[in-house]
Amino acid sequence: MTISANHTAPDQTSKAPTEDALSQTATKFGITAEDYMLPARHQIEMVDPDGRLLPEGEQGTEPGHEYPLPGDEELLAAYEQLVVGRRVNDQNSALVRQGRMAVYPSSHGQEACQVAAALCLSDGDWMFPTYRDAVAVMTRGVDPVQVMTIFRGDWHGGFDPLEHKVGIQCTPLTTQLLHAVGVAHAAKLRGEDTVVLAMCGDGATSEGDFHEALNFAAVFHLPVIFFVQNNKYAISVPLAHQSVAPSLAHKAVGYGMAGERVDGNDVVALLAVLDRAVKLAREGSGPLLIEANTYRMQAHTNADDDTRYRESSEVAEWRAKDPVNRMRTYLTDRGLLDDDGEARIREKAEAVATQLRDGLSEDVPVDPQELFRHVFSAPTPQLKEQSALLADELARDASTEEAGK
Amino acid sequence: MSTTITTSSEANGNVSAATARAAASAAALSEASGPQPVTMAKALNTALADAMHADSSVLVFGEDVGLLGGVFRITDGLTAIFGEQRCFDTPLAESGIVGMAVGMAMNGMRPVIEMQFDAFAYPAFEQIISHVAKMHNRTRGAVKLPMVIRIPYGGGIGGVEHHCDSSESYYAHTAGLKVFTPATVADGYRMLREAIDSDDPVVFMEPKKLYWSKDLVDLAELRSAHAAAASAGSSSEGRAAVARPGTDATLIAYGPSVPTALAAAEAAALEGRSLEVIDVRTIVPFDDATVCESVRKTGRAVVIAEAHGFASVSSEIVARVQERCFHHLAAPIRRVTGFDIPYPAPKLEKYYLPGVDRILDAVDDLQWEN
Ligand SMILES: Cc1ncc(C[n+]2csc(CCOP(=O)(O)OP(=O)(O)O)c2C)c(N)n1
Ligand SMILES: [Mg+2]
Repeated sequence: MTISANHTAPDQTSKAPTEDALSQTATKFGITAEDYMLPARHQIEMVDPDGRLLPEGEQGTEPGHEYPLPGDEELLAAYEQLVVGRRVNDQNSALVRQGRMAVYPSSHGQEACQVAAALCLSDGDWMFPTYRDAVAVMTRGVDPVQVMTIFRGDWHGGFDPLEHKVGIQCTPLTTQLLHAVGVAHAAKLRGEDTVVLAMCGDGATSEGDFHEALNFAAVFHLPVIFFVQNNKYAISVPLAHQSVAPSLAHKAVGYGMAGERVDGNDVVALLAVLDRAVKLAREGSGPLLIEANTYRMQAHTNADDDTRYRESSEVAEWRAKDPVNRMRTYLTDRGLLDDDGEARIREKAEAVATQLRDGLSEDVPVDPQELFRHVFSAPTPQLKEQSALLADELARDASTEEAGK
Repeated sequence: MSTTITTSSEANGNVSAATARAAASAAALSEASGPQPVTMAKALNTALADAMHADSSVLVFGEDVGLLGGVFRITDGLTAIFGEQRCFDTPLAESGIVGMAVGMAMNGMRPVIEMQFDAFAYPAFEQIISHVAKMHNRTRGAVKLPMVIRIPYGGGIGGVEHHCDSSESYYAHTAGLKVFTPATVADGYRMLREAIDSDDPVVFMEPKKLYWSKDLVDLAELRSAHAAAASAGSSSEGRAAVARPGTDATLIAYGPSVPTALAAAEAAALEGRSLEVIDVRTIVPFDDATVCESVRKTGRAVVIAEAHGFASVSSEIVARVQERCFHHLAAPIRRVTGFDIPYPAPKLEKYYLPGVDRILDAVDDLQWEN
């Protein structure tokens, strides 16, 4: 089993393939690799909080960081999903208050990020969401009740990730980013042009797996878009306690990938930036890191009291930047949306809310024997024993009950 | 000895993948027939190569597993034969290796990944416990993770700090993981092939003390036996082996402790005591039937493991046997395990590791006078 001593080291003079591809992409835009990797000086923003389209010179774009305005149809579709997403968030929070659901980490205020993350992908692409990204998962087309099953309490998940090409809604922070890397790597080895979008929050960027995932994606030159929703808090801890980097998007350059900042409450800018990222990744640019600047309007979950760590004035400031209102004004002003259109969209949103109310109010029967069914492909002798034990216990309970009648 | 892979020229990255592949297939065909002295390392290496030949979705990656062939040379030659897409080095990050394997397994691959040493697998603990073990369960079986995490483990090699941990109990304690550990060269081949074939994630614990131990085995025969078993849908998973039959007491051991138990049985035989040795083989799933059948027959048992005894696989075995065989026991079950101390420095490890004398002392204590 010995190896010969005369191993030839790989040719040190040839550049790593990733480095080549990076400079190739940069050359395509007529800028240096550094300027390609570093985010533009300002975040990309297209429609301001009042719903007005910013003049091109004020959108934060720069040479090599240029973003065409998405088409009207895409924007209307996005607006519809924004309204549905907002309704879903508020319906779910209400269901928690009514005790129908154990917990709901709402993305109220972050709906533009949720919607754009799903809409930028094609059917064959993959998405890896977190606990807060239920609206993104629904926008991708997963049945709303199946999505909410994870919070309903009868099983730890409700949809088939393979069917929808959506990872489990992941709670151990940033662990899912590595799964995204693996899915992209497998696809690349088979020569498929799958793009993978991997989501996490601002606080999560401190985790070790964030680093490992970005580095792996860059070294293996994989089409993964790391999409960070910077909603300013990790439960109670503000971003200043997580990182003193110039921005989270600046972390990209350390891995040899491109970073960009975008107004996370402006779905127009989000779609523009994410659409381009998907296109670049599919064309072989390697991974990208996109930071969306947004705000968590509600407490971390219903169990959290956000008055302990932030001022209501700060929340009020962000209310004025609401992603849904902003888009409504913009589309109405452009004549793309009228009262009828608005009413039709609201009806759709109401239908989803009804679906959620019905689905989550339903008392779904649980099967105790299912506890043993999905641990391994086939139950071990030990699991069979334990399953028989529980069956016997339940049978005895039932006969005692019967006798008591 | 002629084998499937790895002459020194193949291991050298100069050989083109196609040439190497042709050479490898030729070598496999002309492999010496009949039993040959083969190391555990060679058997594992051959199992990997054969699995990669059999299924193009089998990928091998980890730290130094490419050009170098792994620090224990278990992946020697695989990159030369199968190319850098099938066997490759990753950045130095264990959580990254396991997490990426999870994604690859979700997307049609069968990754076989190497943790360089037992104690350097700990950065990957979160991925293993929170995802590898749970994905099947939380998706009701929709997502299976057919992946193998190979971990060289255990002491007895004079290793420095952090290179000799017996970490099997952490994995065995986690629901959703299978834990295999071979003790013989033939089992090294057979069990690794079965681990790779399994649709469930397997933590494959390789006793590093045994990497260089040799048995007389016929690799070609093992290969065809595996093919026959696989096509018949049968597997030795969950089956312990009677490594040495006996009548007076049962020694229950696994992995690195099996040769020690066999040596103790040999010594006891000279003193007129017949000890049966059970090789657990797969810690999860555990073979209660074989273990208990032996203990019911002999009425006495000693469990042997290198790991610390407290809250360990050895405690579990004692508990299980006691629950199932109490009325057949002539004496309390004894354990011979590592002490509950961090793994000691090389010059002290002989005091720590279960040895023949300590095992025989425990056997002597099994209330023979009654
Ligand atoms: C590894 C890990 N540590 C701690 C937690 C508990 N936890 C859940 S959410 C959260 C805050 C995460 O903040 P951020 O990444 O900014 O995402 P946000 O909740 O704001 O969307 C924490 C600490 C966890 N889920 N996983
Ligand atoms: Mg946050």
